[in-house]
Amino acid sequence: MRHALLATVLGSASLAFALDGEIGIHDPSTVVLSNGKYYTYGTGGTGLVSDDGWTWRRGTALPRRGLAPDVIHLGDRYYVYVAANSGPTKADINLISNKALDPNSPDYKWEEGGVVASSDGVEDSNAIDPGVFLDPADGKLWLTYGSYFGYIRLVELNPRTGQRLHPEEAPRNIAINGEASDMIYHDGWYYLLVTHGSCCRGADSGYNIRVGRSKNVAGPFVDNMGVDMLQGGGKLFAGSEGRVIGPGHFGLLDLGQGVQKFSLHYEADLDRGGASVLDIRPLQWKDGWPVAGDNMKEGTYQIQSVRTGTVIEMAVEGVPVGGRQAGRGGGRGAFAGQGGVIPAQDAAQVSSKWPAGSVDLRMANYMLQAQQKWTIAPLPNAGGYPGSPYFKVTIAGTDRALAAAGDAELVVLPSFTGAPEQLWRMDQLPDGSWRIMPKSVPGSKDVLALSAVGSSFATLAKFDPASEKQRWLVKAP
Amino acid sequence: MITPRNCRCSLLAILALAASLRIPAAAGDAVPVSAGSLTPPTAAPLSPHSDGFIPRWLLLEPIGANGLTDSAVQAAAKKEYFPNQFTVVPHDGDTVTPGGMPLTWHAVDTKNYNVNLYHFATALNKKTSDVLFWAVTVVNSPHEMRDMRLAIGSNAASVWWVNGEEVIGIYGDRQTVIDDGVSKRLTLKKGANVIRAAIVNGGGATDFCARFLDAQDRPWTGFTIDLGAIHP
Repeated sequence: MRHALLATVLGSASLAFALDGEIGIHDPSTVVLSNGKYYTYGTGGTGLVSDDGWTWRRGTALPRRGLAPDVIHLGDRYYVYVAANSGPTKADINLISNKALDPNSPDYKWEEGGVVASSDGVEDSNAIDPGVFLDPADGKLWLTYGSYFGYIRLVELNPRTGQRLHPEEAPRNIAINGEASDMIYHDGWYYLLVTHGSCCRGADSGYNIRVGRSKNVAGPFVDNMGVDMLQGGGKLFAGSEGRVIGPGHFGLLDLGQGVQKFSLHYEADLDRGGASVLDIRPLQWKDGWPVAGDNMKEGTYQIQSVRTGTVIEMAVEGVPVGGRQAGRGGGRGAFAGQGGVIPAQDAAQVSSKWPAGSVDLRMANYMLQAQQKWTIAPLPNAGGYPGSPYFKVTIAGTDRALAAAGDAELVVLPSFTGAPEQLWRMDQLPDGSWRIMPKSVPGSKDVLALSAVGSSFATLAKFDPASEKQRWLVKAP
Repeated sequence: MITPRNCRCSLLAILALAASLRIPAAAGDAVPVSAGSLTPPTAAPLSPHSDGFIPRWLLLEPIGANGLTDSAVQAAAKKEYFPNQFTVVPHDGDTVTPGGMPLTWHAVDTKNYNVNLYHFATALNKKTSDVLFWAVTVVNSPHEMRDMRLAIGSNAASVWWVNGEEVIGIYGDRQTVIDDGVSKRLTLKKGANVIRAAIVNGGGATDFCARFLDAQDRPWTGFTIDLGAIHP
């Protein structure tokens, strides 16, 4: 029920955010982090780069300007697989590699690694759209590839060189009816994500990302209904929604500490004239299946601790919704209410007795009161992190702002000034809850997260992915 | 049905408790409280429970108080009832006279994680509803301890001080939950540290628990409780 409610809230909140800056791209490679910058490459060699994962700009194109590249970082090198068709289904996937992705680095020098997979134009496969996967269970490296004509295929690569292993062995067929395949591993299962539907038709594109799973890296991959992906199966992972149409080209972006996101493109972003654009979204897991999460959306919410069930509130004396009752005790009068419809409580109704200055933060049972309702709003031009901008968090109807304070504690300031300790990062975690972190903490260099240290008190502490102390549900008030 | 007052005690329990009652103390005449979960303390310093809870306290017989809202509890806790109210570490048997009514401090040990104020007041034939209890203890730390937190639960509202600084206030008609109210990070001195609380009860059951959490939020057990640490 909790997750159903959360999904409802998110679905009904205000407009979604896409990434900022220059994000036009088609068939983006998995976003990778290199020396503090994020990189992705698309069809035609398009390169995008970002300092924070939120605001993007044009980067340096790849020397091979083929189709739908994919990138992986192994050892001290970045291995890039990029395909080119020389006929309708005749294609090669080439390997190029580099020690750096920043063209200003002295190590920036591309090296050719040769062909790792191909299709001859006759066989039931089209060797484009590579997806590279390092198996964390055994360290083996794999490449999936293919595009509609025939099969999605799997070959093994050498994790030390990125080149093909066992080229004499025939590729294994693992799926049909798709392209842009990629594989991930989670909790003993291999998940094959494949984009189904049609691309390259703007808002008429039927692209959608589907998934099957297997206990074996070579399959069979079956969906939630037991249908083999070799027979067209695939559980929907991400489809069109809101103002974006045609998601495709999944790529895992693991940020560590249990925070996973994925890169993709939409065939058409209606807020950007229907252009194909990059996005980064949270990756959730539910009942053993990956679920496409949503980045934080502007709205007014209660912020509830998963650990305690209590919510954060500005530490002022609450007023019961509808006002205090004249008496208490049993009898008919105690249960008859006051009649009529009691309006929701907002700050204007009750804030006259609130202190004018800074107020502590605490937690309490949610009672629908004004000091417990928080407006979360994105901040333009304040930077961000993979998938989202920083947000300000204020008591709804006021400018009173949640902020990190000295000694790694928390305070509600009388007004928002834009200082870094008032900027908040919100990452959705695999269970749908949120990690909430200030951009900076006065007097501390540590990266800290909002933490429920008791039922009625919140603080800042290092994030522990194994604990519920730093998991928060963001729900409609 | 749940009434606004949170009494859960059965008639049998009350009768059993009444059977153990001692004659209420006269002013200045400490009568050891021995009822339910509470026993008179031994002379020796005491270690905390294995999960860090402080088992030894000086409790003042209850004072009348009304209201559990933030402002009502703050007003009740900040009202001056007796001299040196926020600094004194009383002896077992000391008497104060708020409003001219003599009330006695009693030293108690609790067998449980919590200190049952209902047992305490009932054993002394005192009111348990609409009252304020003062509680004081002395935690003897072998070292200076930084980044500690006092973590308490109380039925009902309560305000807490560590070495004279107010560090926690929790309000409303609430039950005792371990680590309900938690202070900001604080430093405990090497040696004696005075913990003081005002617990305000509306009605029914009333109790509290208290312990310290370390920088990793783990219960701290590396101390003793020595009510004689401030004065022999």
